[in-house]
This record gives sequence, structure tokens and C-alpha cells, in this order.
Amino acid sequence: MIAVTSVDGTLDGKLDERFGRAQKIMVYDPATKDSRVIDNKLNMSASQGAGIQTAKNIIDAGAKIVISGHVGPNAFNVLKAAGIEMYTASNMSVREALKAFEDGKLINLTGADVGGHW
Amino acid sequence: MEKIKEIVIVSGKGGTGKTSFAASLALLFKGKVMVDCDVDAANLHLILNPEKLIRQSPFPGGKKADIYSERCTKCGVCVEACRFEAISSDFVVDTVLCEGCGACYVLCPANAVNFTEHTGGHWYVTDTGNNERFVYAEMLPGEDNSGKLVAAVRNEARIEAESTGSSLIAIDGPPGIGCPVISSVTGTKLVIVVTEPTPSGMHDLERVIALSAHFRIKTAVVVNKSDISLSWLNAIKEYCSANNHYFLGEIPYELSITEAQRAGKAIIDYKPECEASKAIKGIFERLQLMLENI
Amino acid sequence: MKIAFASGKGGTGKTTIAVNFAYHIANSGQQVQYIDCDVEEPNGHLFLKPTALEKKPVKVMVPVVDLDKCTFCGRCGAECRFNAIVNLKDKVMIFQEMCHSCALCVKICPEGAMREDEREIGYTEQGTAMSGISFVQGVLNVSEPMAGPVIMAVKKYYKEGFIKIIDAPPGTSCPVVKTMSDSDFVVFVTEPTPFGLHDLKIAVSIALNMGKPVGVVINRDGEYLPLKEYLDENGIPLLMTLPEKKEIAQSYSRGEIILNSFPQYAENFEKLANNIMKLSGKKIKGSKK
Repeated sequence: MIAVTSVDGTLDGKLDERFGRAQKIMVYDPATKDSRVIDNKLNMSASQGAGIQTAKNIIDAGAKIVISGHVGPNAFNVLKAAGIEMYTASNMSVREALKAFEDGKLINLTGADVGGHW
Repeated sequence: MEKIKEIVIVSGKGGTGKTSFAASLALLFKGKVMVDCDVDAANLHLILNPEKLIRQSPFPGGKKADIYSERCTKCGVCVEACRFEAISSDFVVDTVLCEGCGACYVLCPANAVNFTEHTGGHWYVTDTGNNERFVYAEMLPGEDNSGKLVAAVRNEARIEAESTGSSLIAIDGPPGIGCPVISSVTGTKLVIVVTEPTPSGMHDLERVIALSAHFRIKTAVVVNKSDISLSWLNAIKEYCSANNHYFLGEIPYELSITEAQRAGKAIIDYKPECEASKAIKGIFERLQLMLENI
Repeated sequence: MKIAFASGKGGTGKTTIAVNFAYHIANSGQQVQYIDCDVEEPNGHLFLKPTALEKKPVKVMVPVVDLDKCTFCGRCGAECRFNAIVNLKDKVMIFQEMCHSCALCVKICPEGAMREDEREIGYTEQGTAMSGISFVQGVLNVSEPMAGPVIMAVKKYYKEGFIKIIDAPPGTSCPVVKTMSDSDFVVFVTEPTPFGLHDLKIAVSIALNMGKPVGVVINRDGEYLPLKEYLDENGIPLLMTLPEKKEIAQSYSRGEIILNSFPQYAENFEKLANNIMKLSGKKIKGSKK
């Protein structure tokens, strides 16, 4: 399963580059080519640690790969501890991001690439 | 598609003129979304005067505990559990001191604690004319989750920037260096600090710059009321130069700025030919150049 | 007696008025303590110039997991309201900056596997300033989000029998409320502008809801009818004004106590003292002239 942070929950909609405050998470199964949407909106009003909450949501969804714009240190540490690989993409739709991942064009994150935030 | 850039105006010290400066920038930048992230003392709407409300929403303030006296057996488990001294000896929760941790709710053996969300504030997405968007919020007094409300306001601004095709989001930030400032600053491409040439201005400038450095964001500095102390103005310029922060410019102190505010206008609108207005326009030009290269 | 100086809007002159007031009543022979609760940006020290500062760290409690006892049941993470704990099948991750130190996780762990450790988020500094003013300030470490615990730590230094001048942060949120919560009187320093008035109204409402007696000081005084109307209509006493004068701004920019360079303004601060005494019924000045 591949999780992609998404602005509007559609495959042709934009990738949401902010991991923790992403509106929606699309979970894509490359085997069946099915996708579903998880509402991440609770994080808009989450106390703090939205990145952590989003990471928890992704773990619960069973994803082994995450594609987003930037991942802060807390989210990174949670995903890493859970054995989930992170890839970064920018300025493209969810569909394009999945294709770019398949083609091996996305960068694998080995560390948080932005400072943490609320 | 051009990527949306976010810039934020902060000050460290309160009252240096962030919002007055932001109001002028709002008139100079075309095709942008303005955001007021000073959610516990929102002032920008008093000058931008939104024409149309596009949408609004109440914002949850986190949960607070409340004890049902009918069910309470006065066993005292809650009082002992509360780390914030928020429960009185007669089992009443002080909603100001309550931090919403839920300890009393989870530990109460009599199920006598009601733990519910309450409204912490409201946010508003507005049109200030010419299809230009302005997003702001007002937090209810005494709340402690301004960081979350700031994040919500910024999210709405991003939605509006996408829908209007704007490539710039300009944020009027709060004073200080705490949670709401952190929430206003992260993920931006440029932090502009508006300060004043005084010991407090310098002291607080250093602390807020330490914050933007912590988040690895480029910083630019504007000195407002610049002519009250030449020596402090120079000290700030030297500090910028020594630490690789861009000195955007200085704005002299003028009584017209206060008059403009009382008239509900930005200074460049109220008195376009005064020294302060000319200075702001010069700063705007340098800022535009900076933004092209970020 | 504890007198808080707040404002709503930042930059109206809270600290300027507070430090000069402390100076004025200290010179009358009264024992005064200045307490800086604006822990994000404390400025009082720039004017009062305290010496012999004793620094103490401010620590908060954060949870630590005993992996020998932990069964990874996930109860702690499930109950934490602040996203400070993440449970994975064979790990417990703790995010200390998120933690509000409520200790719920410690109390509900069925195995007793959670204990607490200390973490530093800032410090307090205590010393003596000019005119024998007792001085204490709190400083929050840069990048720490929560001012609350540092404010509470500063208050532990209250001196019995001293008139306590408490300098509050700007704004109207939790740190301001925490600062004002135990004051006997709240002085709101404002400026005669739309921004000042807008924020003043919110800030005053907090104090009134807490049942505090209040009064207003107008700094940089000028013609602005809506402010005077607001005070009259709501019966809020005007305690003192200071004029808008370049000489005052310049003195402030030199880090000076204004009363030192311009002793003629002592009568303004005398008025402030007398008004507070009248309204509170408490003596706050000594008898030295």
C-alpha cells in the first residue's frame, strides 16, 4: 500500500505537500490498482503533533510507502520506526506522483527535510 | 503551475508596526492572499475592511472537563490526578486552568466527568474587493490553542490561493516566539521581522531570528520608527550584515501613521507622499526582487 | 498586593509603565518586586538593570518508558490528548515537546511501566535592580511552544509584604490569563488607536470575567474619542495618561527609566499610585517624598 497526502482526495487532484496538515490521505494498492481516501481533517483541529497523528493514520491504514512534499522530524521518526519508506514529490497530481514513484524518479527521504511545526 | 510562496511578517516585540506595514503591503502586492495569524489580537481586518464574507467556521478549542455534581461521589480521585490545580475542593472545574488532558475523565470511578469540545474561536475567509482574498481568525479570550487556529487559517489561505490562482500568501504574524508564532512561521519561504531601534527591539529581534534560524528560513529585517535612535538603527544594520540577514529598509516615525490607522486606512493610501509611504514603497520594491530569487 | 500590567495589543507601553511605576513607588520607601511574566520576550531587565542574577532552570516532567515492564498494549498513546505518545507494535515513541506533563499515561499504565523525567524548557533569574527593586524574570527557551510552566515558575519567587508589579505578555490567550490569574488589580496600558481599543476590549473582558478590579493607562495620549467613550460607557477608570512626546520615545530608546531623565512625569505616576490605592483600598506607597 502506498499513501499519498492529497488536497482533495482524487487521483487527479494535487498532492498536498504539507504532510501533517494534509486534508486527505489517498491509499493506493498497486496490486489491485484500487484507491481509497482517508480523511485527515481531524488534524486541522488537532491539539498539536499533526505530523505524528498523520503518521499514526498512515500506519493504521497499512501503508508501507508514503509520498508527500515535506516531512518534519516527528513524523519522520514515527514513520521510520514503523519501517515505512518516505518519498518526496512536488507540484504534481497524486496520479503523477504514483507514476513517478513507479518509474523510480522520486527521492527517498533519509531524514526530515523541514523543521517541525504545529 | 507556479508554486505558491508564503511569507510572514513577525516582530518579536509587540507594537513595532507589523500590522500597519502588512496593511500597506496588502495594497502593493497584487494577486495575493493576505492572512492575519495574530489570532488572539487580530487587527488587520480593521484596515483591510473585508467587503464580502465567503465562508466562516467556528473552531474547536480542545476538550475541557466538567463535573456532573449529581453523579459525583466526592471521592477526590480527580483532584489528586489533576496536575494543573484546576479542580476545586468542592469539585468544580476551572475552565481557565483546565488543560484538557482528560485525566479526571479517564480516572473518575463514578463516570461523573463530562469531557467535551468547546468553541475556541472562529475563522473567516473574505474578499477585500477585486476578488482578493483575506483570511483571518479571532480566538476566544483565554484559550491556549492558538497554534492550531493559526494552522487552520493558513490552510484556508492555501485553498484560496489555489482557487484564485495567486502565487503569494502574505501572513501578518503574532508577537512573541511561542506556539502561534511557530505555527505562523514554519513552511514559509521568508520571515520579515519588523522591529524598532531600541534595546527591546534589538533584544526581541535576536530571539525571533533565532526562531527562524531554528526552522532554517531566510530572514529579512525592516526597522520602523527608524529615526528615534540612530545608534540603535546602525546596531541593527550591523547585526544584519554580520549574520547574513537581508536589511530591507527603514521607515521613519510619523504622526500620520497613527492618523491613518484612526481613519481606517493604510499609510500609503492615507498620505502617499509622506516619507513613511515612500520608504514603504522602496521596501516593497526590494522585497519583490528578493521574492523572485527565493 | 499584586498589580498586573497587561494590554491586549503589544507595544502599548506595558513594560515602560510597569518599570517606571516600580521605580516611582520604590523611591517612596516602599518594598517593591518587579516580576516579568512576558517569558517569550522579557524586556524589564533592559530598563531596571538588575545585578547579581541567580539563574535557575525551569523544568517540566515528561514520561519515560521502562521497556522491561512495557507490554506494548498501546493504552498510553490511546489516552494521550497531545499526540505525545506513539505506540508501534514493539516500540513506544515519546515526543517530549508535545507533552503537557499531565501524567495520565503514568497513572493508567496497567504495568506501571511509565515513569517521569525532567526536561528543561527555560529559566528564571532573580536579583536586585535599581532603587532596591527586587527583580525576577522568566525566560522561555527559543523553539519551546509553551510559556505556561515558566510563568508559573516565576511566580514561586513572590516576596511576602512587597508590592508586586507583574509585567504580563501581550495578547489575550492562555499565558496572559495565567499571569493575571492571581492579581489583586489589573492595569491595562493602551494607546488611543483603533488597534489598541480593539484589543483592549478583549483583554479587559478577560479580567472582568475573572472578577478583577481594572483600570486603564493611556500611553502616547492623543485625540481618539472612541477610547474615551468606551471607558465612560463601561465605567472603567482612567488611572493615568502619558503624552505622546518624542523625548519620551528617545529616552526609552536609550534604555532609560523615563523618570530619571524627566522627573516631571513623576506626578503622572503619583496619580497612578493614588488611583490604584483609592480603588483597591490598599496602601502601595511609602512615605518618603
